[in-house]
Amino acid sequence: MIYARNLVKRFGDFTAVDGIDLEVAPGEAFGFLGPNGAGKSSTMRMIGCVSHPTSGELRILGMDPVGEGSKIRGRLGVCPQMDNLDPDLTVFENLTTYARYFGIPRAEGRRRAAELLEFVQLTEKAGSTVEPLSGGMKRRLSIARAMINEPDLVLLDEPTTGLDPQARHLLWERLFRLKQRGVTLVLTTHYMDEAEQLCDRLVVMDGGKIVAEGSPRHLIEAHSTREVVELRFGDETPASYVEKLAGIGERLDPLPDRLLLYSADGDAAVSEVHRRGFTPSSVLVRRSTLEDVFLILTGRTLVD
Amino acid sequence: MGGTFAVLERHLTLYRRLWQASVFSSFILPILFVVSIGIGVGGYVSDIGGVSYLAWIVPGVLASTAFQQAVGESTFSVLGDFKWVRGYHAMRATPVRIWDMVAGWLLYIVFRVLIGAVAFLAVSAFFGAIHSAWVVVTPLVCALLAVAVAAPTIAFSARIENDSYFAMLFRFVVIPSTLFAGVFFPVSQLPEALRVLAYLSPLWHAVELCRSATLGVAPPWPVWAHLGYLVLWAVGGSLLAYASYRRRLKD
Ligand SMILES: Nc1ncnc2c1ncn2[C@@H]1O[C@H](COP(=O)(O)OP(=O)(O)OP(=O)(O)O)[C@@H](O)[C@H]1O
Ligand SMILES: [Mg+2]
Repeated sequence: MIYARNLVKRFGDFTAVDGIDLEVAPGEAFGFLGPNGAGKSSTMRMIGCVSHPTSGELRILGMDPVGEGSKIRGRLGVCPQMDNLDPDLTVFENLTTYARYFGIPRAEGRRRAAELLEFVQLTEKAGSTVEPLSGGMKRRLSIARAMINEPDLVLLDEPTTGLDPQARHLLWERLFRLKQRGVTLVLTTHYMDEAEQLCDRLVVMDGGKIVAEGSPRHLIEAHSTREVVELRFGDETPASYVEKLAGIGERLDPLPDRLLLYSADGDAAVSEVHRRGFTPSSVLVRRSTLEDVFLILTGRTLVD
Repeated sequence: MGGTFAVLERHLTLYRRLWQASVFSSFILPILFVVSIGIGVGGYVSDIGGVSYLAWIVPGVLASTAFQQAVGESTFSVLGDFKWVRGYHAMRATPVRIWDMVAGWLLYIVFRVLIGAVAFLAVSAFFGAIHSAWVVVTPLVCALLAVAVAAPTIAFSARIENDSYFAMLFRFVVIPSTLFAGVFFPVSQLPEALRVLAYLSPLWHAVELCRSATLGVAPPWPVWAHLGYLVLWAVGGSLLAYASYRRRLKD
């Protein structure tokens, strides 16, 4: 579906995507996880054949995105990071006018529009203009619009950013259904729970480079410990405890508000902290997540 | 071709929602103009070249309305589709090509100008200001003029970031063109230097073609020269528009 070798995108002197390699197979749900400015959208736009790579090799659906861009785009569904719906058209018209861009006959466009509105639960809003819709509804409409040409490959750039938890869960559930139908999904996100929920495989991007690759489970196993203990102390900064707790677990990461202690056995690590005579104001033992992987790999948190 | 018509269809769908906003400027204002100037001012002005002042300015107002409409429609809406609505970015993600975006918009402008011209001619005929059956070609002249001026205007709109440039476009290009392109008085009244400016303006050529058609007289230059000049603008403007759209949508 997607094949990239040493893909580079520069804007002037600035290198937004710095030599990445990718391969996405049919039916896969593939994710780009990374903080702001990592180069996720720049990569997605190259895959979507709207931005030309500066250098490197890129093949989409076995075709060349520069020479055969229009043909490839006909088989892609794209939900951009920034919504570009027509605010003065109705929800329904947004879908039917977009269908025409793909050369879909009018009657067929109307049939698919009705079906997709059902799918994203916007049927009641079909006749409303887009302007007054909530952010979550607009996002759902963007996703429905991306499906109008029954694409082989769907590109979703931060599909759930800015949505409340309920709207996010609804979207996840819809995307999961697409995946079950065998649609290849490529999405970007800075939410690790989203990546864990939706992606079979993902890459962690930072500063235009891929810093890790694998399934969510594989990434956690390879880069983190099974459990993580979050310790908060009332008196001094978390950093000041790094030395005092040295040797407990496999790794200690001080954050501004808490100390992360990586250990295969969280409870044992907590006992050891108490044995050394420290009493944190709060203790949380949890399973390791992609967020931890990201922190370990880049020294930074994903979402500030 | 399919892509071009899909783009046209989107603009028409939007127009169907928003047409009320432009009724005054496209239909009512030109008619008020003719009524007030042609009938009011016409009473104080002697005939020009043997025809009433009303009959003389009708083709001028016809062409200048097409001109203003084609330029006016191609400013905020086009910039908005790049900057705020991002409608062009939406098209860019589909098989629609840059040429389809440019041609779809120009066809839409032609549609808008044609319905405006036909409505205006109907009212003018009612006032007895049409003197020749050649009037049937004037909507086509207006359509050609519309492409000739809308194409460079969308090229301009695709290149700017800020809508304050449009005020300058109107102040320094559109209004002077309308005043000195033979709409309200013959350019022969102008000093030599200004007359050259009128010849450069596509509007003057369209005005003269329309006037010769509604009055049934020969235009000042050969018809092919007037038409050729307008075609030159249309082709050159479209190439510019293509380059500007491409540049704007590059990354
Ligand atoms: N058209 C452009 N011109 C110049 N610089 C750009 C352009 N597009 C992106 N960049 C820069 O490239 C870098 C990567 O941007 P990109 O949008 O790909 O990041 P991202 O991972 O999608 O970030 P976010 O999570 O904020 O969406 C950023 O520093 C950005 O400023
Ligand atoms: Mg982005």
